[in-house]
Amino acid sequence: MPEVLTTLLSDLTLAFGETFLMVGTSSLFAVVGGLPLGFLLYITEKKLFWDNQIAYALGSFFVNVIRSVPFVILLVVLLPLTQFVLGTTIGPVAASIPLSVAAIAFYARLVEGALCEVDPGIIEAAQAFGASPLRIVGRVLLREALPGFLRGFTVTLISLIGYSAMAGIVGGGGVGDLAIRFGYYRYQTNVMVVTVIALIVLVQVVQTLGDRAAKRADKKGN
Amino acid sequence: MIELQDISVAFTGKGHAIRAVRNVSLRIGQGEIYGIVGTSGAGKSTLLRTINLLERPDSGRVVLDGRDITNLRGAALRRERQRIGMVFQHFNLLHTSTVYDNVAFTLEIAGKSRQEISERVPELLNLVGLADKAGAYPAQLSGGQKQRVGIARAIANHPEVLLCDEPTSALDLETSASILELLQEVNARLGITIVLISHEMSVIKKICTRVAVMDAGEVIEEGDVYDIFATPQQPFTRQLVDHTFNLDLPQRLTQELSGTLLKILFLGDRAETPVLSDVTLRFGVSVNILHGKIEYINNRAIGLLVALLGNGPDVPQSLTGSARIASAVEFIRSNTARVEVLHA
Repeated sequence: MPEVLTTLLSDLTLAFGETFLMVGTSSLFAVVGGLPLGFLLYITEKKLFWDNQIAYALGSFFVNVIRSVPFVILLVVLLPLTQFVLGTTIGPVAASIPLSVAAIAFYARLVEGALCEVDPGIIEAAQAFGASPLRIVGRVLLREALPGFLRGFTVTLISLIGYSAMAGIVGGGGVGDLAIRFGYYRYQTNVMVVTVIALIVLVQVVQTLGDRAAKRADKKGN
Repeated sequence: MIELQDISVAFTGKGHAIRAVRNVSLRIGQGEIYGIVGTSGAGKSTLLRTINLLERPDSGRVVLDGRDITNLRGAALRRERQRIGMVFQHFNLLHTSTVYDNVAFTLEIAGKSRQEISERVPELLNLVGLADKAGAYPAQLSGGQKQRVGIARAIANHPEVLLCDEPTSALDLETSASILELLQEVNARLGITIVLISHEMSVIKKICTRVAVMDAGEVIEEGDVYDIFATPQQPFTRQLVDHTFNLDLPQRLTQELSGTLLKILFLGDRAETPVLSDVTLRFGVSVNILHGKIEYINNRAIGLLVALLGNGPDVPQSLTGSARIASAVEFIRSNTARVEVLHA
């Protein structure tokens, strides 16, 4: 019995390590890629300083295409891309590629939504005082929408934890893969239960931290 | 000096164009507090926003101190806008920045150094009476305090002009009065020209020197605030002014009236002659004052009285009652600014 427990523990540690790797990498890309893409969507659509219907249509189309494909399928569809970028399609790093693509599209929409929540009057005031577009983006939009960005990032992170469970299909490993392999294929219900509990705890922690960060950034309430 | 020359602005609504501002020309002098009044939807906000080109006119020219800024764009427009402050109805402060940072923001835009900003911000907060609120966030302030921050930041870069878009409409009466006083002080002490729009004549009356009355996108009347109040020419203006004086009588009174009901307007020095007591003596009529008000606009008086003329006790035999009242009305008419017979 103790032997089983130690095996489970080391399996779990490994699986969580892989999950963190996948979620960490893809959430990094969510910010690096999704934030600018979200800004692009917002700025090209609103009549601020660069309304451009073509750029908006292109950006929006890209986001919609990615988001309309269920992640399991996206995982498979993007295998050639993964092969091209990394030279392999197996392992958590490989699974991070489709995860990142999904994360960018997912977060971009949330960023766009958060920007739309910024009071247009504030932007107008900045324009009235002669602020440059760059200053409006950097000083006004980025800061006024920060609580929304943080809330969106929390949602993205949790979705990515969910998505990463599917990574087992392409040999990505991770917690989800562990649960399916042992809990489902081998009828080791205890492994399933332990992983589920671990995931619940993880999501709770992420959500709590995200809420706290957003609340700190949001000065409207206090 | 602000010159708006033949400004028109159209919006494309659902399928058809709406002309929000139609061929408006105004000249606003240096150091004035100029009011634009009208009901909501009259186009006054659109007109105000053409001055800093937040709204681009479809035709016409905007000239500031002889510089035609109508076609400025990009950096040149942004530089021009730094010389035009703006105060908003809903304050439009940065929620996630402190009071200090909100004021610093406009200084940053103008490229001021950190050193200059740290000297200027406390000075401005002092001026608007918020020296102790530098570290507060907008959500922690009252409406009046928020508008004070709005004013501080709008005048931070020593603008020549301050545009005020319904600056007191979101505030209660008392706070509203204190904000208007602050604007007056800004105008008097710093010599900043103020263009203020409001849907309330009472706001215009309190601080403006001149006023334009807008209706359906057009300026229908323009002039000294005193003259507009004393002798409004257009029916719409008269309605606005009457609304401010608010001389409505209770129905009970108007139903039971016997006699001639007059609304009498006294202006300036004329208000000081004892016309009504003369009338009672000369024509033997009784005068019963039912309502009255004296307003001081830019230190000049406008008096309005609602009075009922009836037959007095000492009836001179030579005249019938109605003839006496008619000549009394004539006498009042020739000795006051305006007489309106409300009920005969």
